[in-house]
Amino acid sequence: MRLSEWIDANDGEAAATKRNGYNFAFIDEGTKRELRRKILKAVAIPGYQVPFASREMPIARGWGTGGLQLTLSIIGPNDTLKVIDQGCDGSVNAVNMKKFIGKVTGVRITTDTTEATLIQTRHRIPEEKMTENQVLILQVPIPESLRTVEASERETRRMHAEGDYSRMWLYLYEDIVNSGEISIGARYPVSVNGRYIMDPSPIPRWDVPKLHMAETLYLFGAGREKRIYAVPPHTRVEPLEYEDAAFRVEDFNGRTCRRCGSTASYLDEIMDDVSGNRLYFCSDSGFCDKNLEQRGAQDGLRYTQSNT
Amino acid sequence: MGYVAIKGGAEAIENALQMLRYERMKGGSKLLEAGQIRDQLYLLVDRVMGEGSLYAPNLAALAIMQSAGDPLEAAFMLRAFRATKTRIASSIPQSTSEMRIVRRISAAFKDIPGGQILGPSSDYSLRLIDFELLDNQSEEKERIIKTLFEGVSNVDVLPASFPKVVERLRAEGLVEESQRENSASDEMFDITRQSMTFPAQRSAALQSMARGETGGLLLLAYSNMRGYGDIHPTLGELRVGFIPVKISHPHTGQPYVIGEIKVTEAEVISKSITRDGSPKFTLGYGLCFGQNETKAISMAVLDRAMRSEEPASASEDQEFVLSHVDGIESMGFCNHWKLPHYVTFQSDLDRLRQVKKNHEKGTSHAAE
Repeated sequence: MRLSEWIDANDGEAAATKRNGYNFAFIDEGTKRELRRKILKAVAIPGYQVPFASREMPIARGWGTGGLQLTLSIIGPNDTLKVIDQGCDGSVNAVNMKKFIGKVTGVRITTDTTEATLIQTRHRIPEEKMTENQVLILQVPIPESLRTVEASERETRRMHAEGDYSRMWLYLYEDIVNSGEISIGARYPVSVNGRYIMDPSPIPRWDVPKLHMAETLYLFGAGREKRIYAVPPHTRVEPLEYEDAAFRVEDFNGRTCRRCGSTASYLDEIMDDVSGNRLYFCSDSGFCDKNLEQRGAQDGLRYTQSNT
Repeated sequence: MGYVAIKGGAEAIENALQMLRYERMKGGSKLLEAGQIRDQLYLLVDRVMGEGSLYAPNLAALAIMQSAGDPLEAAFMLRAFRATKTRIASSIPQSTSEMRIVRRISAAFKDIPGGQILGPSSDYSLRLIDFELLDNQSEEKERIIKTLFEGVSNVDVLPASFPKVVERLRAEGLVEESQRENSASDEMFDITRQSMTFPAQRSAALQSMARGETGGLLLLAYSNMRGYGDIHPTLGELRVGFIPVKISHPHTGQPYVIGEIKVTEAEVISKSITRDGSPKFTLGYGLCFGQNETKAISMAVLDRAMRSEEPASASEDQEFVLSHVDGIESMGFCNHWKLPHYVTFQSDLDRLRQVKKNHEKGTSHAAE
């Protein structure tokens, strides 16, 4: 979108309208400006954690207040919003977020990844490829990937400044020695633009390659820890790995989604308490719905309680 | 049914909120009014205002009612409300020597200028449950009011200001004056507008603790007093009372009193060796909204502890203390573990199964 279009869309009367007694998008305009400046700084220094004065939101700290503040600072009345938690549009926390953002902005809300202009997410990147016209906002619990090896913020900031990442590499090496390979599940540390080591938020390793040379702007917000960082489009994002101990995504052993039959999506493992079997379903519910629709509902392997 | 419903979240939330509302009201007893909480549970109100960092007794009482008495939740509501308010002015620094005293004690000196004033305190109460409170309380109230000033003649009017106890030590040159940080600019750090970095300015440290969680501050301060630290505090002075809040008048620029707030202030004295090798007293300072003596004393002990040259324990480590004392943040993060973590758990499962496989194969290295 051109800047002039954006200004037309966002600076008009509609944006200034109070929603339910609160400013449009809840936070005041001064705070929005601060957040936007910090976002610009984050975009200019990919992977660098920019401190910001995180405001208290009416949802609890640690429940996505960083992502929420990012969303509220850049959302305009013409945006279409999607919110997911664990890939799912209907998850209670996602529903709660949508309820709040909808209340204070009145924007259109969708479950279709391709329709959304803004997507706020916790723990997943949607399966469908996102474009340059979209922004993905990730909620971050612990923005510091070096926290695993160093507890002090003062010290980790020094390590980043000096590019002193030897302890992180040593940690990975020791992990390989002990476990046979790198045993980090989600929150896999990545190197951004060959400079900063970054915590990609607790997305599964499955989603890490989606960050690399993407068309979409990725924004990361940690409200409790008061940090914003970004991966701009067309930026190198490489998981830390050794030549002879490669990074690997989760292996589903060729399993397919029980519901839509997809073989190309991250799966949730479900224990069936009737049969005791393990069942697998797409974690991305919007993708699963769409896939199912395309296959034709009658062909869909709909899961029912009696299904064993 | 094993499959987690992917629809229906909105309805579930709505029902949960309905149940929550009902839970508070279902008991059959008379429903509380916010005014009752404000007047009769005033210590809880004070605590919630402090941790919520908003001096608003009526709102705090309402938040306590709405949260069914959970101080963390109530403080959180107050904090969230505060975040939506525009800042219209900053108050002028206020000396606490002008405090309208309710209570004032010193453990350092037997006799202090102005005298020790015990005030309303439970310190010397016997912690026996008073079953008489079950009887008609309005009669009791009348009796207390009637007898409160009985036989009291020639009541001395309290002076408008009391000299600070530590000033006496200062005058003798026994107190090490803390170096003014940021002497270049007198700008105070504002933790609500800036993200704290470490080492933090003292003003940032005191602000963080002033809205810290009482229990959290107590735990860290206690660890220090008990032995994981080296502060042997003497309570120089503890005050509870009202101080005026003044702003510059927008037109005349003159100080203008807009109201008063109740605060608790604690100053602890601790002996230490200064850089030049001579022993001096150093001060730790604590101040919080309302009457919350445990918090003010804990804060003062930690303020002093955090200025240790070489932190040897958690309570002396400024970053450790300030990063962990905020109740809103810590309870939020603690409770976020209730959110679904299916995706990350699945990812961990994948790793663990793979590692197990590697061990079974007896390989120390899984690279192909």
